[in-house]
Amino acid sequence: MPFIPHTEADVHDMLAVIGAETIDDLFDEIDPRLRNVSLDAIPEGASEQEITRLMRERAGQDEGGLCFIGAGAYEHHIPAAVWEITTRGEFYSAYTPYQPEASQGTLQVVYEYQTMMCGLTGMDVSNASLYDGASALAEAVLMAVRANRKSKSRRVLLPKSVHPFYRQVARNICANQAIDFEVVDFDAEHGTVDRAALDRWAGEDVTALVIPQPNFFGALEDVDALTDWAHDNGALAIGVVNPLSLALLKAPGRWGGGDGADIVVGEGQPLGAPLAGGGPYFGLLCCRKKHVRQMPGRVVGRALDADGCDGYVLTLQPREQHIRRSKATSNICTNQGLLVTAATIHMSLLGPEGLRRTAATCAANTRALVKRLTAIDGVSRVFDGPYFHETVLRLPMAADAALEALAERGVFGGLALADHYDGLNDTVLVCATETKTAGDLDAYAEALAAVLETHAAPA
Amino acid sequence: MTEQLIFERGQPGRRAHAQAPRQAPAVDDIPAALARDSDIGLPEVSEMDVVRHYTRLSQLNFSIDTHFYPLGSCTMKHNPRACNTLASLPGFLDRHPLAPASHGQGQMRCLYELQEILTEVTGMDKCSLTPMAGAQGEFTGVAMIKAYHDHRGDHHRDEILVPDAAHGTNPATATMCGCRVIELPTDADGDVDIAALREKVSERTAGIMLTNPSTLGVFEQDILEIADIVHGAGGLLYYDGANLNAILGKIRPGDMGFDVIHMNLHKTFSTPHGGGGPGSGALGVGSHLRKFMPIPTIGRRGDGAATRYYWMTEADLPHTIGRLSAFMGNTGVLMRAYIYARLLGRDGMTRVAEYATLNSNYLMARLKDAGFEVAFPDRRASHEFIVTLKREKSQFGVTAADFAKRLLDYGFHAPTIYFPLLVPECFLIEPTETESRETLDAFVEAMVAIREEARADPETLRQAPTSLPARRFDEVAAAKRLDLAYDAGSSAAA
Repeated sequence: MPFIPHTEADVHDMLAVIGAETIDDLFDEIDPRLRNVSLDAIPEGASEQEITRLMRERAGQDEGGLCFIGAGAYEHHIPAAVWEITTRGEFYSAYTPYQPEASQGTLQVVYEYQTMMCGLTGMDVSNASLYDGASALAEAVLMAVRANRKSKSRRVLLPKSVHPFYRQVARNICANQAIDFEVVDFDAEHGTVDRAALDRWAGEDVTALVIPQPNFFGALEDVDALTDWAHDNGALAIGVVNPLSLALLKAPGRWGGGDGADIVVGEGQPLGAPLAGGGPYFGLLCCRKKHVRQMPGRVVGRALDADGCDGYVLTLQPREQHIRRSKATSNICTNQGLLVTAATIHMSLLGPEGLRRTAATCAANTRALVKRLTAIDGVSRVFDGPYFHETVLRLPMAADAALEALAERGVFGGLALADHYDGLNDTVLVCATETKTAGDLDAYAEALAAVLETHAAPA
Repeated sequence: MTEQLIFERGQPGRRAHAQAPRQAPAVDDIPAALARDSDIGLPEVSEMDVVRHYTRLSQLNFSIDTHFYPLGSCTMKHNPRACNTLASLPGFLDRHPLAPASHGQGQMRCLYELQEILTEVTGMDKCSLTPMAGAQGEFTGVAMIKAYHDHRGDHHRDEILVPDAAHGTNPATATMCGCRVIELPTDADGDVDIAALREKVSERTAGIMLTNPSTLGVFEQDILEIADIVHGAGGLLYYDGANLNAILGKIRPGDMGFDVIHMNLHKTFSTPHGGGGPGSGALGVGSHLRKFMPIPTIGRRGDGAATRYYWMTEADLPHTIGRLSAFMGNTGVLMRAYIYARLLGRDGMTRVAEYATLNSNYLMARLKDAGFEVAFPDRRASHEFIVTLKREKSQFGVTAADFAKRLLDYGFHAPTIYFPLLVPECFLIEPTETESRETLDAFVEAMVAIREEARADPETLRQAPTSLPARRFDEVAAAKRLDLAYDAGSSAAA
């Protein structure tokens, strides 16, 4: 019996202790009408060897392809030690550290994670993580509404330059919370928040302004001006960042002329989480100390034990659902523990210099890719202005068709934006991380040139 | 035994050289005003430092792999290694979530088949794998219930009934979905108080959130009647799958009358708890809720060699409650659940419920025989049961927390304590099906020995634990004098 240690003698003796004849008797309080179940659609059990064969076949089907897609999930080298250690049984098979004396490993990892996140973002406080970047934005919006007591409007300005999926998730999760999301358009030239569109809200009651950096198009927003705008208008500034980019970009805690952003969220995936088809990743959330009691999710604090020694515990639990129930700051009752463990090890291995090199190599590779691709006739950048490691290119043909033809040549050429933005037909969002070599960039350029040539050729 | 912080190790300029690109190319087109102008705040250590530090930290943990972990309502069962190894094959790990579906058919087929398996084993009409944890599964379910009523023009239905024994996530979820929580009392047998339920349902009822077996460790005997009452009032039934392990393959939520359910794959399908996540809260729905399912969900077209798996979007599900994560939920967790389900197969699933229940009833019988008071002595245990230590508290002046801490010294992770809130000084004990009889016997011996200690010298319990890396913490002081990050690592002083 897979994963069940009982022998026949065990079962016999255990039933005798219970005073039951058969295991089925243990279910005799349940209505007999419910107890006749057939599971024909579920296959018979298989051995580990058989499943290994099956999974290798299926994984083999999905292998290959040179990936230049970013759009919120990025291919990065993950040092071997990261998951070797993260999947040690002591991390992998432990649970939420309800008994701190028996969970100092997990708790200290989270405390170190929180410290690293504070360092990276320049914020005072980090929680122990949320599900992913998109749901973290939704939580940040709800947190801002609680924290900004002066604002009564529950109005949140959500620029179109924020990841379209993040905007959808924020709306869906906040759907029944009477949040008034207002879209702020982007500037057609730079692909960043349109100041005129934003200024239409100047002087109004605004609860929060969401500021992406880099934004969905890879472009760099004028974060100082946007943060100041938010504060001048009584709004909280919610930063949405790629944590890797912060090796090169100004820490959100230093945005603007005042105290910086109020809440910072982002997708933690670039810090040690494999792409894995979409998850598990983790959402980071940091904030100013004055907002800490409005923060959702787990948080770890340093504490003293009975011998006066330093250690770590879950703290501020009265915010949480298991205590506050219907009045909790969120219904979340976990963090992405394993991903946070991986991220902490990942950041330790890279250190400040490694993180800087990785970010700089991503930026340089994308620039080199853009140079190669825009050298092809009809291919151009859609927005000018500075960017991190992603940008939007216009193609002389439908982007979907081009990407499909590229995929047949083994190149995943980016994300077509037509489905997500009016006016961005024939455009792709491209990204080249540090994993790409000059040869890879050449391969993309050659494949694209060939695809465009085939397309242009008379049938 | 403690371990210094990673920030206290290392030296300026020390690095794990092999881990990062060999060069740092100049990036000179980022305007100075937008560029980093403060320390990054990460440690400067070697690879050996990192490996040793985190390996040592891991050794400060209790885990399933090292200790019996009978944490009630958490289903801390063995996590088969094959699930991790096979879900980590490069073809799966390297797949970008937005890569073309044509190049992800292997993984998508696994996920589609998982949807089918979960649908069958729960008796629902369709499954979606999107929710990233149990609490998000709850959110999804209640959001769908709201959408269902709104779609029918029943906009006034905004009350969610929740038993007083429910997990805190239930009422918190109802609030997040804009509903009012109506609490239901529990009767003396641990079942929902039917008379109170009849009184509280109304034309305002959106639905009820139920865990069955309940958090009191007993199967809700009147479930079919409850379903009739709630449906009769026009409400829907939401099944919190926290305790699905108790009935897997044996009894199905769909047959009980539930309209929408979530499953905690990190419990019932043995994906890792990971020190607190990632979880996965897969969703099952009845046919009347199908059109509100979250996206993306995996669909299938064609047959045989022409079979294609695809992501269902708004185009396929125009009434969807929408996307709840940036991509496809916790895919890697789902892959582990799929592998586990295939290893078990249909017979193995039924055995999960049978042996989890056997172990639980055995452990309850043994503890009862040893003189411990169980909360519902005349009921069958489900996969878990409650012991109340209120007698030990009055006799020896020791609390459930003292008992729990002393269990740690005996090498057992403590059960869930002080939950559910209805039973004083309680232990919620869930042994799971993967533990052997010998382990359960050893746990009973430890409980008996600790009670003897309580009788002889209660201070032993109050001082416990004494053999772990840390003693008891002053959590009140920690919450007052918040220290949530190491000072030297923080570039902006708090």
